[in-house]
Order: sequence, then structure tokens, then C-alpha cells
Amino acid sequence: MSDPSLPGHSVSEHSASGPLEGHAPGAHGTLRSYLVGFLLSVVLTGIAFALVMVPVLPREANVAVIFTLAAVQIVVQLVYFLHLDRSLEQRWNVSAVAFTVVVVGILIGGSVWIMINIGHQMMPPTMSSGGF
Amino acid sequence: MRIDLPGAYSLSAPRLAAHGHHGAAEQADRALFGFWLYLMSDCVLFGSVFATFAVLANNYAGGPTGRDIFNLDYVLVETFLLLVSSVTYGFVMLALHRSSRATVQLWLGVTFLLGLGFIGMELNEFHHLVAEGAGPQRSAFLSAFFTLVGTHGLHVTSGLVWMAVMMVQITRRGLGDAVARRLGLLSLFWHFLDIVWIGVFTLVYLMGVL
Repeated sequence: MSDPSLPGHSVSEHSASGPLEGHAPGAHGTLRSYLVGFLLSVVLTGIAFALVMVPVLPREANVAVIFTLAAVQIVVQLVYFLHLDRSLEQRWNVSAVAFTVVVVGILIGGSVWIMINIGHQMMPPTMSSGGF
Repeated sequence: MRIDLPGAYSLSAPRLAAHGHHGAAEQADRALFGFWLYLMSDCVLFGSVFATFAVLANNYAGGPTGRDIFNLDYVLVETFLLLVSSVTYGFVMLALHRSSRATVQLWLGVTFLLGLGFIGMELNEFHHLVAEGAGPQRSAFLSAFFTLVGTHGLHVTSGLVWMAVMMVQITRRGLGDAVARRLGLLSLFWHFLDIVWIGVFTLVYLMGVL
């Protein structure tokens, strides 16, 4: 299977194949992309933790900002670490991600929505209901 | 049957057999895409556990709340261990492209130690919680917490086992086609776990303390 006399053969062959370069997920980063992704992630993580450790915003605004920061950091890591982009070769990867986002969104959003509703309908008003 | 997928993921088998080098690259790309689909299904698994946690997050049963048991400084260190390990795995891939075997091994080792540090901190946190009577049986909130964070921890542990196996394979076989392909798949897995952790620290720890 592998040939030690040709170390990294498939990889160098692969990156030399022109149109494929930079388009396989996770396979073709550059030092710059990893460092940019790292710096952005550090900043986004730092802001999120700082906002909770030293709460300067009202709670509702804080929740919105923290979830937004998380969403942005997920996109940052998908782009800079997993190298997703809008090229033709990535179309199936991106489609799979989009489908997963929809499924997970329905799963989490739907569960929380249903359970909060059940809480409102079923529990006496003094008791707390599930979910955020 | 022939299914036409664009570019790298064409499932046209005869063409694969006809061209040796090109075939190996296409095979690697198909493996990447298949693994990508596995990761997406893993996303749905995590989505279910996240949904369970979100629903049960306030059901303390008179027990401790997130504010009582979470230490954000500790979680921040864990977060950075995992984030830095994601970047050092990127350096593994860069070294792999240069076919630099020693550098690949070096960064794999660094990544492994960072991941091990993360798991060690997580186990330490679990141990303290259980010792304080805040184990998974204490409340629905804690059951969901241990399930979610534990599922992520098990994934990271699997990644560490995989990484150790790869270091042995590189020692024995060098950086051949198969080893390079597996390192590429592990890179997807490892970055994916860091992305899931963003959800964990946001939904569990930050929201729990807020």
C-alpha cells in the first residue's frame, strides 16, 4: 500500500494537480491560514469569556453576543482550519454542512421550543420550566 | 451505475483503475468525502446531546447550579489547550506536505500532549464533581452535563488513540500514501472536535455561569 521510498507521494502529487489544490477539506492549509484562524479564535474566545467573567452587558444582550461569537468562531474554524470555501470541488462538502446545520438547528431549536411550551402549559406558574 | 459528482468526488470506478497516481489521489479524496459525511452524522449525534442539555439545563433538583460548580478560568485553560492543539495539528499537515517526517512526528507529539492535557483536566474536573456529590446521578442538569462533556471527551480520547497509532505507523512505514491519507482524515476529526468544543464552552460553561 504505502511506499516508504516516496514519502508523502500522494500529497505532493495531489497538490501539483492544479485545480484540486487547496480544495480538499483539511488537506491544504498554509501557515498563514492556521495562524489567522488561531488569532481570530483567540480573540473571539477571549471576548466571550471576558463578557461572562466581567458582565458589563445586560443578561439578554450578553446571551445574544456570546452565541453570535460562537457562531462566528465556528465559521472561522471551518474556513481557516478545515479550509471550506465556495469552489466547485467543495460543493458537496458545503452541501453536507448546510444540510447538517438545518438538521441540528431543527433538533436543538425544536427541542427547546417544544419543552418551553410544555413548561408553560403544564407547570404551575411558580415552577421554573426547562431550557434557557 | 455511474454517478457524476463534480471534480474530486466522481465515483467513476473505471477511471480510477486506469490511472495509477491519479487514482490514488481520487481514492484519497473519496475517503475524505466519506469521512466528511461521517463527521456530519457525528454533528447530528452531538446536536441530540446538545438539545438534551439545553432542555435540562435548568433542572437542578435542588442540587448545584452551573454557577456553583464551574470555574471559568479552568475552562479557559482547557479551551486554549484544545485550540492550540488544533493549530499544531495544522503544522502536522504543513510538515506532511513538505514530506518532513521528523517534523510531522514532532508536531503530532505536541498535539498529542496538548490533547492529553485537555483530557487530564476534564477527568480531574469530573473527579472533583463526583467527589463533591455533584455526579451525574445528582440532577437532570448534571446527567446532561456529564453526557455532553463526556461524549466530547470520549471523541478526543479516540483522537488521541488514533494519533498514537499514526505515530507508530509513521515510525514503521514512513509517510506513504495510506499514512498521508489517514493523517488527513485525523486532521478533519481533530479540527471538528475543536469546533464542537466551541458549542460546549458556550452553551454549558458560559451560559451556565451567566
